Amino acid sequence: MKTRPSDREESAPSRRHRHWTRRANPVAGLGSFLWLVVVIVPVYAMLSASLTGQDKALTGNPLKPPTSPTLDNYNTVLRSGFGHLLSNTAIVAVAVVGIVLVLSIPLAYVAVRTRNSWSNAALRLFLLGVAIPAQAVVVPLYLLIAKLDLYDTLLAVVLPTAAFAMPVSVLVLVGTLRDVSEDLYEAMALDGASPLRMLFQLTIPLAKGGISTVVIYAALQAWNGFLFPLIFTQSDGPRVLTLGLFNYVSQFGVNIPALLASVVLSGIPIFVVYLVARRALVGGLMGVGGK
Amino acid sequence: MSATLGKSTTLDESASLDKRPGARVGRPHAVWALPGVLFFTFFAIVPMALAFYLSFTRWDGLGDPQLVGLANWQKLLDDPRLTQSLWLTVSLTVASWVFQTVVALLLGVWAAGPQRNRAVLSAVFFVPLLLSSTAVALLFYALLDPNFGIIQKDTLGSSSGAFLAIVFVGGWQFIPFHTLIYQGGARQIPQVLYQAAAIDGAGRYRQFFSITLPQLRNTITTSTVLIVVGSLTYFETVLILTKGGPGTDTAILPYLMYEAGFKTYDFGYASAIASFLVLAATGLSLLLVRLSGFGTMRSTREGM
Repeated sequence: MKTRPSDREESAPSRRHRHWTRRANPVAGLGSFLWLVVVIVPVYAMLSASLTGQDKALTGNPLKPPTSPTLDNYNTVLRSGFGHLLSNTAIVAVAVVGIVLVLSIPLAYVAVRTRNSWSNAALRLFLLGVAIPAQAVVVPLYLLIAKLDLYDTLLAVVLPTAAFAMPVSVLVLVGTLRDVSEDLYEAMALDGASPLRMLFQLTIPLAKGGISTVVIYAALQAWNGFLFPLIFTQSDGPRVLTLGLFNYVSQFGVNIPALLASVVLSGIPIFVVYLVARRALVGGLMGVGGK
Repeated sequence: MSATLGKSTTLDESASLDKRPGARVGRPHAVWALPGVLFFTFFAIVPMALAFYLSFTRWDGLGDPQLVGLANWQKLLDDPRLTQSLWLTVSLTVASWVFQTVVALLLGVWAAGPQRNRAVLSAVFFVPLLLSSTAVALLFYALLDPNFGIIQKDTLGSSSGAFLAIVFVGGWQFIPFHTLIYQGGARQIPQVLYQAAAIDGAGRYRQFFSITLPQLRNTITTSTVLIVVGSLTYFETVLILTKGGPGTDTAILPYLMYEAGFKTYDFGYASAIASFLVLAATGLSLLLVRLSGFGTMRSTREGM
């Protein structure tokens, strides 16, 4: 990866080099401390309130630690079908990532390797697609989904979510595949490799960075998706996590601690991913912004 | 890079064996792109075209759409909520852009430094990214509840309070992501530029404005496009935090469309709003791409 911090270059060189990169920057330090407070206070208030009994939540100071912490709120949320929401979201995420990869990789491969008017037109379609807001097409998609008899199924969420994750995925992949040098393809051609074998033995292995960006991006689109589930599903069966959270507002009403417990629980799966694969997650997100 | 170097040092005899080595390399047929193109066309392009079509019809979701000419567009242009919503969208976009870009750019450049404490803080800054936008909106819905008590006032009850809350919540959620983008961008700025500037006696602020900012040009464009297109579509935040209120003071275009379509079942009118949104989003992105020269993909490393 090219974005590795410069600490390796830095361990060797002269004192002057160290001097200007390591110099403390009090103004920036203060600024980042302020942002730290902005990030921490809501997170802390959320955790603390989610551990407070419902009766005490509205009386005390929300920034004080709970006097008698309780897991009741978490129990309330878990007993109201949280696991079902989570597994639906996981299914949607896996399906979306699968569809996006299977469709985008050949597309990007053609766009980079076969430069003719067809592949250029395809690429331009996806450049244009970046600007289409999903909101703008929900009404006709609703019609389409109903006609396909997919209303109120997980597929109704999966297919449009995958389609709208494609433009950015294709552009990220094209950017990555462009870096695979022509010489390597020539070397494989000397061995008599077909385009298909080149794709699997050369392009995909060398494009791992871009591919992991796409996996993370597509999974997060599925994870965060709210509008498609809101419009295309209604029953408990295909309900995903975001929509479930939204429904807790009316279900728990003024039970703010339970509401916050559900928010905390919804963050745990990504937190686990973050702990297990921090480097891939952070690198992948950086990759969405271009190389 | 290294591969291009390798090419220039290829032995002369191999070059004479095959004058056009690229000619024999098999290339995938354009048909390989077809499934992806068809899929995207079916679920994004066709619906977009359908939205334009439906905007000229009256349709309540049952039966068949009736063509009514420009009635929905006329209604849209006469709708006082449209002017309000446009103005709201512009101020929301500008406020979000300023807030998110300033904070994310500074934090990102700062976090790109190799210091240990910066790495630790970056990990904390990442926390909002663990939550979906729905979860973030719910979190602030709860925290801003006057009964809950962090802020005793009814923030969401006043129109400026509701507006600022949406800008803040959007920033809280997306700044970590843009910080990462800027961090990645800043780390790719060649260190030699700073070394040269330091030898020339440029101070820290001079270096920031003369090296860091110009070198981050493409990153700024990418991040700006994402912020602008993103803030056109803060749907969850508005739906959960304010429901467009107080009154219609925070009813952004997607929210108006949602109400017209899925609350009052006026799909024709909803499609007119949606088409307007597509035009606005496409126009804005094209404008940004044109203004920044991003389309030509000029490298920031030019002349090096």
